[in-house]
Order: sequence, then C-alpha cells, then structure tokens
Amino acid sequence: MATVLEVNNIEVVYQHTVQVLRGLSLSVPEGAVVALLGANGAGKTTTLKAVSGLLPFENGAVASGNITFFGDDIARSAPHDLVRRGLFHVMEGRRVFEDLSVEENLLAATYASSNRQTAKAYDEVYGYFPRLAERRRQKAGYLSGGEQQMLAIGRALVAEPKVMLLDEPSLGLAPLLVQEIFDVITRINRDRGVAILLVEQNATLALEVASYGYIVENGRVVIDGPVETLKADRDVREFYLGLGSHGSARSFRDVKHYRRRKRWLS
Amino acid sequence: MDFFLEVSLVGLAIGGVYALVAVGYVLVYRTTHVINFAHGNMMMFGAYFYFTFAELLGLHWTISIVLTVIAAAGLGAGIERVALRPLLGRPAISIVMVTVGIASILHGAAQLIWTAGDFFLPPIFPDLPIVIDEMYIPANTGYGFLVALGAIGGFLLLFRFTRSGVAMRATASDQIAATTMGINVPAMFSLTWVYASITAALAGVVVGSITTLNPSMGLIGLSVLAVVILGGMDSVIGAVAAGLIVGWIEALTGFYIGGAFKDVVPFVVLLAILIVRPHGLFGTPEIERL
Ligand SMILES: Nc1ncnc2c1ncn2[C@@H]1O[C@H](COP(=O)(O)OP(=O)(O)OP(=O)(O)O)[C@@H](O)[C@H]1O
Ligand SMILES: [Mg+2]
Repeated sequence: MATVLEVNNIEVVYQHTVQVLRGLSLSVPEGAVVALLGANGAGKTTTLKAVSGLLPFENGAVASGNITFFGDDIARSAPHDLVRRGLFHVMEGRRVFEDLSVEENLLAATYASSNRQTAKAYDEVYGYFPRLAERRRQKAGYLSGGEQQMLAIGRALVAEPKVMLLDEPSLGLAPLLVQEIFDVITRINRDRGVAILLVEQNATLALEVASYGYIVENGRVVIDGPVETLKADRDVREFYLGLGSHGSARSFRDVKHYRRRKRWLS
Repeated sequence: MDFFLEVSLVGLAIGGVYALVAVGYVLVYRTTHVINFAHGNMMMFGAYFYFTFAELLGLHWTISIVLTVIAAAGLGAGIERVALRPLLGRPAISIVMVTVGIASILHGAAQLIWTAGDFFLPPIFPDLPIVIDEMYIPANTGYGFLVALGAIGGFLLLFRFTRSGVAMRATASDQIAATTMGINVPAMFSLTWVYASITAALAGVVVGSITTLNPSMGLIGLSVLAVVILGGMDSVIGAVAAGLIVGWIEALTGFYIGGAFKDVVPFVVLLAILIVRPHGLFGTPEIERL
C-alpha cells in the first residue's frame, strides 16, 4: 500500500535549545488509522506540529531527519499550502474561532479545499453532527466542549483532506460524546478513505479504531506494531491500557501516576 | 435659538471622520496586534495622492479618488511587505517601533515630494452647506461625514459577509488555527494593511478638504489614537462610538467653554472613562498593554 505520510528519524528542537524529539520515525499508509500514544510530554503534539509545519509558530524546528507527504519533502512548503494539498491538522484543544459563527468556522475551512460547493459540504457536516445544524448561526465560543470538538472535526470534513492529524479528540468529553465523536471518525475513515494519524490519551479507544500503533516515550518510539500485537504486549497492557495483572481496567490517570512512581522507585 | 443641536450635529460629523481614522488603527491591531504609529502619516499621504491626481494632474475627481484608493492600497501593501513581513513573529513592541520609523520616513518623503507648504485640495463636495431643520452644517464637514459613514459601513459589510472577510476575522481570532484551515495568514496581514491604508487615504481626503494639506497633517492620527484606546483597540464598533463621542465633546467644549479647552476636555473625559473601563468601551480584556 502507498504511504501518505512518512516521518524519518526527526529531531525537533524548540528555541534552539530544548530538544523534544530524538530520532522519531513513523509512517501512515493510505486509508489507514494509525495511533500515536504516550504519556504527557512524550512529544506527540510536537510530532503532529512537525508534520503540519506549525513548529515555526512556537520557535521550534526540525533539526534533522525529514518528513514526506506523498513522497514530497514538506520542509519547503508553507503550512497553509500543505493544508491545501490535503494534510489537515485538528489541533489539541479544538481551536474553534470563538467569535465566528458555526457556519463561518466551516466557511474558513473552505480555504483548505478546492471544492467550491460549500452548501453541500456543510450539509454533510450537519449530517454527521445534527447538533451543529441547530446552532449554525450561533457563535462558536458559546458551544459546549463537545460541540466545539464536533465543529473542529466538521471543519476537517469541509477541507476534504487526504490525511487528518487528530490531537486528543476525546479530551475533556463525557464518555457518550467520546463514543459519538469516535464513531464519526471511523466513518470518515471508512466512507472517504481519509488516512488518520490519531493522538489519544485514551489508549483503549485509540487501539479500537486504529490498525497500527506507535508508543512514544521521551521523544522516541519505544514500541510499535499492529494493534493486535500491541494489545497483547505486557507493558502496553499494563501501562497504556491500564490492565494490571488482575486484568481490571484502571483509569489512565492512575496508570500515569503509577508509571511515574514506578520510574521514581526503580 | 438653542445652538446645542446644531453644535452637536457638527461635532458628530467631525466625529465620524475620527471614526474612519480610528477604524484603520483597529483593522491593523485586530489582525496583527500592532499599534500602527504610521497611520496618521498614511492618511496624510492619501491626501497628497488625491492632491497629485486632482490638482497637479488635473484629473476628474472621480478618477482621482479611484487612483488614490489604488495608490493607497499599493502603499499599504508595500509597507507591509518591505518593513513588516520580515519581522513576522517578533515581539509586538519591536514592530511598533518600526511603524514609528515608517511614520517619520513618510513625513520626510512628503516634504521632499510635495514641499512643506500648505495646499488646498480641489473641492469635491458641493459648495452649499447642508441645512437640516434650520441647522447649518458646513458642506465639507457634512459630506465628509457621509463619506466616512459609507466607508466604515462598506468595510463592515465586507468583513461580515464575504469569504475573505471571514478569513480575516479568523486570522484575527487565532492565527495558527487560521493557518491550519489553509488560510494564507501573511497574505491576510497584507490585505489588512491594504484596507487600513485605504481607510486612511479616504479620511485624509476628507480631512484635507475640511482643513488644509501639509506634511504635518498626520499629527491628527495621534489624537485619534486616543479615540481608539477609548473605543477599545480591537473593536470597530468601539472605534466608531468613541470617534463620535470625542467629536461631539470637542464641539460642545469649543462652543460653550472656549476653543482653548477644545483639545483638553475630550481627553479628560477619556481618562475618566478609562479609569472606570480600563479596556475601553468595547474592548476585550486580554489586550496586551504596551
Ligand atoms: N513551544 C515549546 N517550547 C518549549 N518546549 C516545548 C514547547 N512545546 C512543547 N514543549 C515541550 O516538549 C515536550 C513535549 O511536548 P508535547 O506537547 O509534544 O507533548 P505531548 O506528548 O503532546 O503531551 P500531552 O499528552 O500532555 O499533550 C514537553 O516536555 C513540553 O514541555
Ligand atoms: Mg499533546
């Protein structure tokens, strides 16, 4: 299968001094959902920003290694050009335009696409998320967190990308809403063949929808493989899926805490 | 007869012109978070553009206005491209200092090109004063107000209803998120400077018609900056309201207390309002203080 996105051994440095990624590699095949997991501060968001070309906004840079999008090195492209070529990044924290209405947020996303049939694109978004249709004239700042996440994904739909980078779409949402959002993400991947690179705190959920996973620690990939392999891995089960030796699920926060304590003690 | 209404009307008309100047500041501030100290001198340049086309080249006023708008757009785009684009991502304060530099370059250039003398702009507006219910409003002031109102209204509609208007507001709200939508943010900055320069030029033609034209005309920009702060830096509505208020208070002070107080009282009122509302009438609280 062709590769949409290829990250080769990149090192990322912020402010010329803080090294965050230390030789990270991953690849996203066409039409696949790939999960990128790891504890807080592991470098997941940084990886996505490196791919979408957003590092310069934070005085960060890819110091070595390279990233290709359909075989082309992205280093020479302006970030908005990458978006127009089909690489869409749904950032952590939703980042909706708060004083724009829901529909104006969708209109902004038409800059990403060459498709000028905006009405049809909006209807598709409202088909996936009927709640947005009711609020189309409302300011996005007044939407609930879940609705804002729907809008963030709705903008990605309007953009009609070839690959979507999703940064923690479940963050801060109630379980039912998380389910709804993930259903849509799965449908987008299935119906439209959009490849997805998914960063998630909720590893159980991520490994349910993904076919391949990478686990990042300290700016490096420490484990990767098809999800079946990952799910069977003892460390992954214990530290990321929260399945202890008793097989009982624990919340991810406990796992992180436990993990930190374990490191400290060892 | 009570002169209150008549004086108020004239004051509000002048206030409308302040509002147009103020809106130019707000446009740039909202998208780029830069206080443009060159705005007054961009206004002065706009007036000289019109003077060049209408007086020196003797073109019809309609053609002269169109050419002035085009020249002003070029000036705005040029300033953005040459002086500000290279500073993208630098702290706001260093960009602000650059605009101070641009202001003096424009001032010097105007003296070189058009000399330091006073000129009158060839009249655009009809010569007869506007009479409403026996109240007289001087022609240039009255028609200038209408031009200002039209220009502000036009830009508001553009921002509200056009695709590029939405892109500009998206950029103003979150530059990084706008980039991830495929919006070319540097191009939006450029467009912002173009629009601001056009509003400045139109205001310059109006102010030049009401008073006279000389290279120091840009100083009005500094007093209008106070108006902008009163309105709340990032609010177009605030700029309009504050422009009208300051114009009105100025006229009332000039008439009832005396011309000497005309320039002082509005600022005292402004200070008083800012003590009560530190972010201006309509501003958002998170504005960076310089
Ligand atoms: N702009 C920046 N300047 C300096 N350091 C940064 C910057 N952004 C992130 N970092 C550092 O890089 C490391 C990785 O951050 P990153 O946001 O990529 O982590 P993450 O895996 O997404 O974590 P989380 O799960 O908390 O979102 C952290 O230690 C963080 O402090
Ligand atoms: Mg993150």
